[in-house]
Amino acid sequence: MNRHLTQRLGFSLLALLAFLTVAPILGVVVYIIAQGAPAISWEFLSGFPREGMRQGGILPAIVGTFYLTLGTATFSVPLGIAAAIYLSEYAKETWLTRLIRIAIINLAGIPSVVYGLFGLGIFVIFLKFGTSILAASLTLSIMTLPVIISASEEALRAVPQAFRTVSISLGGTRWQTIRRIVLPQALPGVLTGVILGLERAAGETAPILFTGAAFFLPRLPHSPMDATMALPYHLFVISTQVPEMPFQIQYGTALVLIAFVLGMNLIATVIRSRARAKRQW
Amino acid sequence: MDKSLDWRETIITAVIKTCGYSAIVFVALIFFFLLREGLPALGEVPLADLFSQRWYPTENYFGILPLITGSLIVTLGAMLIAIPFGIGTAVFIAEIAPRWTREILKPLVELLGGLPSVVLGFLGILVLAPFLRVFLDLPTGLTALAGSLLLGGIAVPTIVSIAEDALDAVPQSYREGALAIGATRWQTIWRVTLPAARSGVLTAVMLGLGRAIGETMAVMMVTGNAPVMATRWNSLFMPARTMTATIAAEMGEVANASVHYHVLFFIGLVLFLISLAVNVTASSVVFRSKRRAERVLS
Repeated sequence: MNRHLTQRLGFSLLALLAFLTVAPILGVVVYIIAQGAPAISWEFLSGFPREGMRQGGILPAIVGTFYLTLGTATFSVPLGIAAAIYLSEYAKETWLTRLIRIAIINLAGIPSVVYGLFGLGIFVIFLKFGTSILAASLTLSIMTLPVIISASEEALRAVPQAFRTVSISLGGTRWQTIRRIVLPQALPGVLTGVILGLERAAGETAPILFTGAAFFLPRLPHSPMDATMALPYHLFVISTQVPEMPFQIQYGTALVLIAFVLGMNLIATVIRSRARAKRQW
Repeated sequence: MDKSLDWRETIITAVIKTCGYSAIVFVALIFFFLLREGLPALGEVPLADLFSQRWYPTENYFGILPLITGSLIVTLGAMLIAIPFGIGTAVFIAEIAPRWTREILKPLVELLGGLPSVVLGFLGILVLAPFLRVFLDLPTGLTALAGSLLLGGIAVPTIVSIAEDALDAVPQSYREGALAIGATRWQTIWRVTLPAARSGVLTAVMLGLGRAIGETMAVMMVTGNAPVMATRWNSLFMPARTMTATIAAEMGEVANASVHYHVLFFIGLVLFLISLAVNVTASSVVFRSKRRAERVLS
């Protein structure tokens, strides 16, 4: 066969594979928007579930996911950024540093349900937090840590070395250099990483199954020691555990969940592209 | 210099160092707690029973083999889908697509990576499973195959992004050299670029595999949850039960420190060790090739 013909066939085949990969993704999003949009109303977003969750709204799940995301950020953001600063600004290439990197890669690969087991073992039972927002947030924090560390480290390393040299030569200490020069320059990249990490946390179900998720709560949680409803867990519940669930509420819940998650994704993308446009180095 | 600056610097350095080591601490803690809660299972259930073919916890049958084969068959099916689609898409994005197509494809693949797996599981129940039931004329669409299809989709973004990075990292001069001696772009891709990027592509496949084995919610929702041994080729078209789904489905209902509880933690320990093996192998592949590159460059 003519090798140019082979090339054309090959390119077409790969184009087809790529198309078949992305088409269902678009399909999924468009389908959920089309099916879920009719369910969205003020009552759906601001009301409590009624009639065994078959009617009413999903407010407790929305608020719960918001609290969990906030709780996760409280722990994972400072810890993750500090760890990234250590790796980018302080660590030398020793075996210990390599061990840290291997640990980060492993944290990223541990199955989410194993995080759930770990959270149950350490936070719920051993530290006696019970199934609570606190226990679930801590579990999610450790899960999001590798995302935040890797993205932040990359952003910090992208800041040109000359910036640091100049700051040090003007008499700045290492920490002053990091805080006033390196961090501000790396901020958009760090923020992007943080949001992508939290986006994962907001959409996860398995880690909160036994650490903080409640099947149904007639009220909003009052304190970090309360269990909470959450959007992903609620979607799981109403699509597997509740018989004769109206489709519209299921699709509406799925739509609110992906709007929450993809909204965060969109914010991250905007921050990234705006920072890229403004960057002078 | 200001004295207060001195001790502040010391404290901050110490704090940052401590945070830097946190990843190691967490991996160790996770391992420790899985051992602590999972190892008692070995004392409570004879080894022969633990690796038997019957999982029926309420009757005290704790054979985890059906769950392991369930995970294997679902993952195998997922990789059969994810490897060609993932690598094909990565090659298309990195080597063939014009710039504007790339700018559309990349965010779309990232979008898939960001979709919560529970959403995919939900659509799996309502759309995919009924379709499979009618299309393949099965008694139920909630089968290992449905799980494989969803898992394939979940593993694809991982494979695409890492394989694409690997292809991007191949020096442009390699391609130019091949084209200069008269190879077509297609020949260049197959005989030069892909082989040069093979360690990265292998890493991509390994990490995709890791994602697939560890995925929980989507699999639990669509595989039909029947803990039967997957021994024949047509097991793919029957309900199955993975290790992850078993933990997620049953942990909520067991009493603390019961035999069942310990066995579920033991399964978690097995999953942890699998992911450890996958990731350490994948990262050592990267390290090795990096060292080789350094040797080449020096």
